[in-house]
Amino acid sequence: MTLILALAIGVLIGSGLWLLLRPRTFQVICGLQLLSYGVNLFIFGVGRPVVGAPPVMQKAGFVDPSAYADPVPQALVLTAIVISFATTALFLVVLLAARGATGTDHVDGRERRP
Amino acid sequence: MIRSVQLTPEHLLIAPLLIPLIAGAFMLFYDDRRRWMKFGLGLISVLAMGAVSWQLLGRAGEDALLRVYLLGNWPVPMGIVLVLDRLSAMMVMLTAFLALPALIYAAAGWQGKGQHFHSLFQFLLFGMNGAFLTGDIFNLFVFFEVMLAASYGLVLHGSGAARIRAGLHYIAINLTASLMFLIGVALIYGVTGTLNMAELSQLVPHLTTAERPLFHVGAAILGMAFVTKAAIWPLCFWLPRTYTAASPPVAAILALMSKVGVYAVLRLALLFFAPQGGASAGFGGPVLLTFGMATMVYGAAGVLAVDGLARKAGHIALISSGTLIAATGVALLGGGPRMLGGALFYLAGSTMAVSALFLIDEMVTRSNEADPEDAAREEAEDAARIAAAEELEWGPMGLGAVEDDDAPAVALPGSLVTVGTLFAALAAVLAGIPPFAGFIGKFAMVSGLIGGASEATSVPPVAWIFVFVLFASGFAVLLALLRFGMARFWVAIEDRPRILVLEIAPVAILLAGLLMMTLLADRAMTLTLTAADGLLEGRYAATVMAVRPVDPAAAPEDDSRDVAP
Repeated sequence: MTLILALAIGVLIGSGLWLLLRPRTFQVICGLQLLSYGVNLFIFGVGRPVVGAPPVMQKAGFVDPSAYADPVPQALVLTAIVISFATTALFLVVLLAARGATGTDHVDGRERRP
Repeated sequence: MIRSVQLTPEHLLIAPLLIPLIAGAFMLFYDDRRRWMKFGLGLISVLAMGAVSWQLLGRAGEDALLRVYLLGNWPVPMGIVLVLDRLSAMMVMLTAFLALPALIYAAAGWQGKGQHFHSLFQFLLFGMNGAFLTGDIFNLFVFFEVMLAASYGLVLHGSGAARIRAGLHYIAINLTASLMFLIGVALIYGVTGTLNMAELSQLVPHLTTAERPLFHVGAAILGMAFVTKAAIWPLCFWLPRTYTAASPPVAAILALMSKVGVYAVLRLALLFFAPQGGASAGFGGPVLLTFGMATMVYGAAGVLAVDGLARKAGHIALISSGTLIAATGVALLGGGPRMLGGALFYLAGSTMAVSALFLIDEMVTRSNEADPEDAAREEAEDAARIAAAEELEWGPMGLGAVEDDDAPAVALPGSLVTVGTLFAALAAVLAGIPPFAGFIGKFAMVSGLIGGASEATSVPPVAWIFVFVLFASGFAVLLALLRFGMARFWVAIEDRPRILVLEIAPVAILLAGLLMMTLLADRAMTLTLTAADGLLEGRYAATVMAVRPVDPAAAPEDDSRDVAP
């Protein structure tokens, strides 16, 4: 599982970075999305994930911490997802506005002269 | 010592967060055309923030202790804490003081050139105050995002193709920086298992040799996010472009926003890698110093090279950020509290002056287009683009322009003389000419650096390089602004610009603040010196970790880990 998780993060971040550096705004926003997926998985990964262990503990009685997953990274991921979703939505609006105002989808607002 | 922290919940400490949040949210209930009501509400909020920050500064100054506020009354390493020390109290006060002129300037017309200006402005203040007060790195991320989200809206305020183009870059860069922030936070959590700044500070000296490199990587990536915000070369190219494109009141408050990045570096670097911090002591110091100085050189070259006052102001903001980051590097390498105290004094002074320069820019350049035809053509192009955009109905998305004709138009007599005088005073502050605040800050930095080192050993060569770059950049600013001022004010001008009292008053307020900093320099310097002492002596961590929940009967068992020896 560790290998699959690491590969998934690597592929997401790698393709996200490549797209981020492309000249079209749509590619940039897709790149940012992929990057944020990769980062979210990464946060999840640093919490030392275990298979089949719940993050929420029972209310009463003896609690054995080793039988549970670390809940903090999951809470962090949840917050990060919400924030990156909101900011990406905002970026999308600006992207559309830029398309409308400049008439091109190049990130610089004008086509590069050949 | 700890007893007085335990006394009562310091509810005043959360007021700098609640005031702008409530004011900004309340404004959303009303139609955007009632902007004078919103302006009044914003003014009340900023004044209340100023009063609270004055009170907080008094509390932070009355003894050597810090104030800690437990959100939700959770025990310390588990819950999020707000921590007030002299540095954060000073920064909150600076926020309130810079917000007032920007708000007044916006009332002269800019508030009507887009939607929800006042709400976004209050949310920006909320985010900045939160970033200054929080004691938890993930909470710091959240406040950064609040601040950035508001700033995205504000940068686009006023619409126009140039703003949208610059805003697109600004948002993309900051989203990427935020992702780095998350990676850094995740790595630090993975190594240490905590996000509390105070607990981290206590854990760092006790990391094993296997964990330490990973922690350093996490801290370095986190630092990348902050120096992107602070605009350190080579991550700084977005700043002059964005700040030039933004409307003047927005640029004026954004001048402080880049200092939030500086603050975060200063706070976290001195908590994690303080000179007494064990094997990690001084980590990152040489890098911060080198790249800080590179930023100063880049800014100095830029301010000489570019046209237009706003672009020059952007490069001066770079110099200011670079100076502070370099000073942080020096402090990490053992520069001493006197140098750091001077740097904090410089921080307040230079931020106020850069902010004022952004406000005065439009007045100075008004009716002074070097090439009127060119300007007219550009304006027509912009208007055509906006019209085309509105045809496509961008208006409902909040990006259409809303015209505002109800601003009070009280023109100022003798306008050019006043503007010229204010500009000259600002140039003197920014260049660091003797009687002004800019000089005092720089002089205190240099004297702390050289005077502190000479007691034990000789001054290291890198300190001389820093001093040289500091004065050379000041000289470049002086040269650039003098050249600009001569070309602008010492020529025969046919059409005198019409300048409103509402526009000149904010600049006068900022200059009055700078004058106060000069006249009461001993008190201001005492404050910054004690703030620097507080940062360097490392009492922050112990004090925060010693705080217990308020009501012992209702509080759960204390399960904080015992980490400090």
